[in-house]
Amino acid sequence: MKKIRFKQHSVMPGFGLTMGYTLFYLSLIVLIPLSALVFKTATLTWARFWEVTTSERVMASYRLTFGTALLGAVVNAFFGFIVAWCLVRYRFPGRRIMDALVDLPFALPTAVSGIALTAIYAPNGWVGEHLEKWNASGLRGSLEAWYAPVAGWVRGDNTGWSSYATGLVPPDLEIKAAYSQLGIIIAMTFIGLPFVVRTLQPAIQELEAELEDAAASLGADRWQTFRRVIMPVLFPALLTGFGLSFARAVGEYGSIVFISGNMPMKTEVTPLLIVAKLEEYDYAGATAIAVVMLVASFVILFAINLIQWWTGAHKRA
Amino acid sequence: MAQAVPRRRATTPGGARARNTPAWVRWPLIGVSFGFVGLFLVMPMAAVFAEAFRKGVGVYMDSLRDPDALSAIWLTVLTAAITLPLNIVFGLSSAWLIARFRFAGRGLLITLIDLPFAVSPVISGLIFVLMFGLQGWIGPWLKGHDIQIIFAVPGVILATLFVTFPFVAREVLSLMQEQGDDQEQAALMLGASGWKTFWRVTLPNVKWAVLYGVILCNARAMGEFGAVSVVSGHVRGRTNTMPLQVEILYNEYNFVAAFAVASLLTLLALVTLVVKGVLEWRLAGEAQDAEESTKGITA
Repeated sequence: MKKIRFKQHSVMPGFGLTMGYTLFYLSLIVLIPLSALVFKTATLTWARFWEVTTSERVMASYRLTFGTALLGAVVNAFFGFIVAWCLVRYRFPGRRIMDALVDLPFALPTAVSGIALTAIYAPNGWVGEHLEKWNASGLRGSLEAWYAPVAGWVRGDNTGWSSYATGLVPPDLEIKAAYSQLGIIIAMTFIGLPFVVRTLQPAIQELEAELEDAAASLGADRWQTFRRVIMPVLFPALLTGFGLSFARAVGEYGSIVFISGNMPMKTEVTPLLIVAKLEEYDYAGATAIAVVMLVASFVILFAINLIQWWTGAHKRA
Repeated sequence: MAQAVPRRRATTPGGARARNTPAWVRWPLIGVSFGFVGLFLVMPMAAVFAEAFRKGVGVYMDSLRDPDALSAIWLTVLTAAITLPLNIVFGLSSAWLIARFRFAGRGLLITLIDLPFAVSPVISGLIFVLMFGLQGWIGPWLKGHDIQIIFAVPGVILATLFVTFPFVAREVLSLMQEQGDDQEQAALMLGASGWKTFWRVTLPNVKWAVLYGVILCNARAMGEFGAVSVVSGHVRGRTNTMPLQVEILYNEYNFVAAFAVASLLTLLALVTLVVKGVLEWRLAGEAQDAEESTKGITA
């Protein structure tokens, strides 16, 4: 009978040494500190844990965080698709620079992107001043009608939807980018942009030209080819990029803290709330919320892995 | 799993197909791309420099010569200088282990190494506060022995080590897996020792991947804000890294100084992008070499 071994035989040396060092360093830097989170939570009773993680202010922060992260990811999925498509398919002056710039949100410290975006969208900033003029001009009606439902949903009330349905626009709503929910969406779009573009690029690269040619020769127009032939192939990659950008946005702190204004119940995202709890020395409360966030991001990443596994299985089949 | 920094694969022209696209489709799409990239990427960068030089070059230089700014720059460089070697050693060790051996729990180990990418920066800082803070596990003991980790430099370094943990390991691992172990086997068979094989065969083969991981790791180490902000305590001139210094100056409405320090970090980001581009080009070459040499063997 063959013995079940922990390790397959290999002529390569150094198994013990690398295994020992890898496990030692991994435990020291990652596993032991992360376990502190679990042990601290264990000091809370269930009732207390539930109370902390579902209090009104915390619930408002979940709604805000996940709502804005979702919208940021949608913006990225749409524009990121166009950017990735152009970078792979077309040759135009400035293409290589654009391609390199896509990684900027990875390379730029989040604090820097935070203050830079705030400077642009603040009422006296390059874009913000135009929004102010727009607010003063009375022209904003039509755009508000479009934005109001979204703002209402993020706020957790339904006034936006009803105004959408009746065509009535709340008169007090003006477009403010910095120190508002829109500002949070802008920051989240910025930091999530590379994920969509970089996951789509290789997928677009691998598209088979024959499929498009076949569709065209069978009489499909450009739009039909795009919808029926190209989109189904690219959809898993798009969904993966969307998910990664969403996951990153949910945990983001640095760039949001400057642009959001940090008003409890209105523009306070969950990572900000964790920091606020820490500053009040409410370690148990901060930990409880952190555990909820950690579980949420694991679920998102698990879903992404599932998509990738599922498409992999499809390709093999 | 997790949120890695996806590597930009060398894009060879699929552009031949572009000739099929009529200009009225192509140019508006390119226009939208430029608009989006311009609004979201170029404009913030330009804003940093515009704000930093708002009051002229003299004020800009003065804000960088401020002792607190200089100490923040020093602490940032120190943090990176400690983080990078530790990450390189761990990266090489774990890549060797995972790429060259098959053992139970190998998949789990890969997942665990990627774990820090899935954790929000704020939580990455929180865990060290929970361990070393006064209410934490060994906080009281540390206090008794007059050792300070949280709200001090060691805490900043620990949090940075956590958030940069996977960078070098995942780059080296993916290249070592692509290359296979034929060359190392040959060296061992010819009588080279394990160490000699590592220094003469493995290391030269993966040097570009190490550098690639290092450049990404360095950008994150110098730029990390959330995790470091939770553990540092913001002691001016002592525990402030450059991103924290930016925050403090900004919150004091000292905008020119804040953007002056931020402009240095922006330059760092631009250098990172350029070096990253060059390394991607080198790495694409390496991978191709590896592919060709395997083809040569099978042929």
